[in-house]
Amino acid sequence: MSSAAQSIPGRGRAVGVPHRTVAVLRHIALRGAAFIYLGALVLVPVAAIVTKGFGDGFATFSHAMAVPGAWAAIRLTLVTATIVAAINAVMGTTLAWVIVRYRFPGRRMLSTVVDLPLAIPTLVWGVMILVLYGPNSIIGKAFDALGVRVLFTPLAILLALCTVTLPFVVRNVQPVLLELDDAEEEAAATLGATRRVTFRRVVFPAIRSAVLAGTLLTFSRCLGEIGSVILVSGNRTGHTLTAPVFIFSLTSQFRFAEAAAVATFLFAISFVLVLATGALAKRGEARG
Amino acid sequence: MSAAVTAPKTTTRRGRRAIIALAIGWVSLLLLLPLAAIVWTVVRAGASSVVHTLSQPDVLHAFQLTAIITVLAVLITSVFGVIVAWVLVRQRFHGRSLLNAIVDIPFALSPVTVGLAAVVLFGPGGWFAPFFAARGIQVVYALPAMILVTIFICIPFTIREVVPVLEEIGLDEEDASRTLGASVWHTFFKVTLPNIRWALAYGIALTTARAIGEIGAVLIVSGLIQGKTETATLFIYRAYEERQTAEAYVVALVLAAVSVALLVVIELLRHRQEQERTRT
Repeated sequence: MSSAAQSIPGRGRAVGVPHRTVAVLRHIALRGAAFIYLGALVLVPVAAIVTKGFGDGFATFSHAMAVPGAWAAIRLTLVTATIVAAINAVMGTTLAWVIVRYRFPGRRMLSTVVDLPLAIPTLVWGVMILVLYGPNSIIGKAFDALGVRVLFTPLAILLALCTVTLPFVVRNVQPVLLELDDAEEEAAATLGATRRVTFRRVVFPAIRSAVLAGTLLTFSRCLGEIGSVILVSGNRTGHTLTAPVFIFSLTSQFRFAEAAAVATFLFAISFVLVLATGALAKRGEARG
Repeated sequence: MSAAVTAPKTTTRRGRRAIIALAIGWVSLLLLLPLAAIVWTVVRAGASSVVHTLSQPDVLHAFQLTAIITVLAVLITSVFGVIVAWVLVRQRFHGRSLLNAIVDIPFALSPVTVGLAAVVLFGPGGWFAPFFAARGIQVVYALPAMILVTIFICIPFTIREVVPVLEEIGLDEEDASRTLGASVWHTFFKVTLPNIRWALAYGIALTTARAIGEIGAVLIVSGLIQGKTETATLFIYRAYEERQTAEAYVVALVLAAVSVALLVVIELLRHRQEQERTRT
């Protein structure tokens, strides 16, 4: 075929034939590169964890669960993640509302500060919490005087998690609120709806998907978070030891299979949530 | 605003002030107070403490290692990130939604689990351990695994920033360029790349921040060898555990300062990107 193409002089369809073949090959090569890149770097490690943890059924998982404090660690992580996700849903929506709808001095500053957790390393947040609530700071002394212990208690874990996940709901809700036309709200208000009713019936339905997406992302991040937590929680077995730190401690004892079983369990929950978030984002876009 | 129609003006204003105060209070409590606390602590300790910490060979080595890992992670995730984003947006094929789902996996996986996976694959008794052992290459408890886990964790950032922009700009300009006889590479560098540059830069900034701050995965794969496989975050962790708090605070503040500088860059980039979008 190529010899026939070459025999035709000048520019024409014949030259286009090898061109098209090259284009198809280029497409396939790029697609192949994408699959190899993600396959080797993402799928192989995930497969390794899942087969290591659940290669012989639930035996390894129940071994891991027999370790003292194992259930307590998973329970603590699930409970703190739920609380932080709920707090973040409310506070994140409030922050987004304030940044988008109100005009006041320092608004842009507030909007920038909200992104700080995305930039500053999680371990550094942990160190900062240690300094702020430690015995050498005014606030630490004040809490001491009140008889409230912050550091090395579940309260410190909640603080750390709230800090590192602060932008998630805000950044999801903000663009939706920006696009929301306030004509509908004005109409509702003109028709005599109270502010509360307007928010519940007009604003909330529009931002619901975005709030939920941010909340799920927060929950899923809390299930895996270690950097901000490891220094401030104290890691006491059965009390302040979280699931990621538990996986870390199993790994340090070279109990890789048991660590992998616990990791798979948490990953399964988290991945379902991340997929749900993606679906919600798509639905939000479709509606917008 | 609309609310003024229904509610008396004074209560509206009071309610609004209360909500603004709540928002600022929350951000101050969680973000600004901790930041102020560490700045104050380091300032009070004085310049000599800063100089002393930053002249230690272990600290310098830790920063160097963080820089090497970050640069490599940024290079690889941005080159392959653009390829993956391009394939996801411009090609229709079986398994496209699968590819799309794989991109999000690093968001769902705890960094600790990523580190564990590297140990399971390359550590003693691992799938690939014999291959690398036979060639005398140390992967786990050495630099290669630290780079690999950081790349893994950073994979989604660039892709998730570039995909929406590629979708938005569409094919028109690229088609025009190709029709006018420009080669594929020429079209990519002169048409596609300029269109996605702010999204790409934003993705790179996010990747840099994440790579500098990574701790969970490197905690497991580095083996914590002081002065050898110790990144800046691992130095902070060890220094704190060994009660060398002054050093830990100084290095933590340096990382925070670098990150805040990066955040300013991120904000500028986002601003540019929004401007560009509204213009088109």
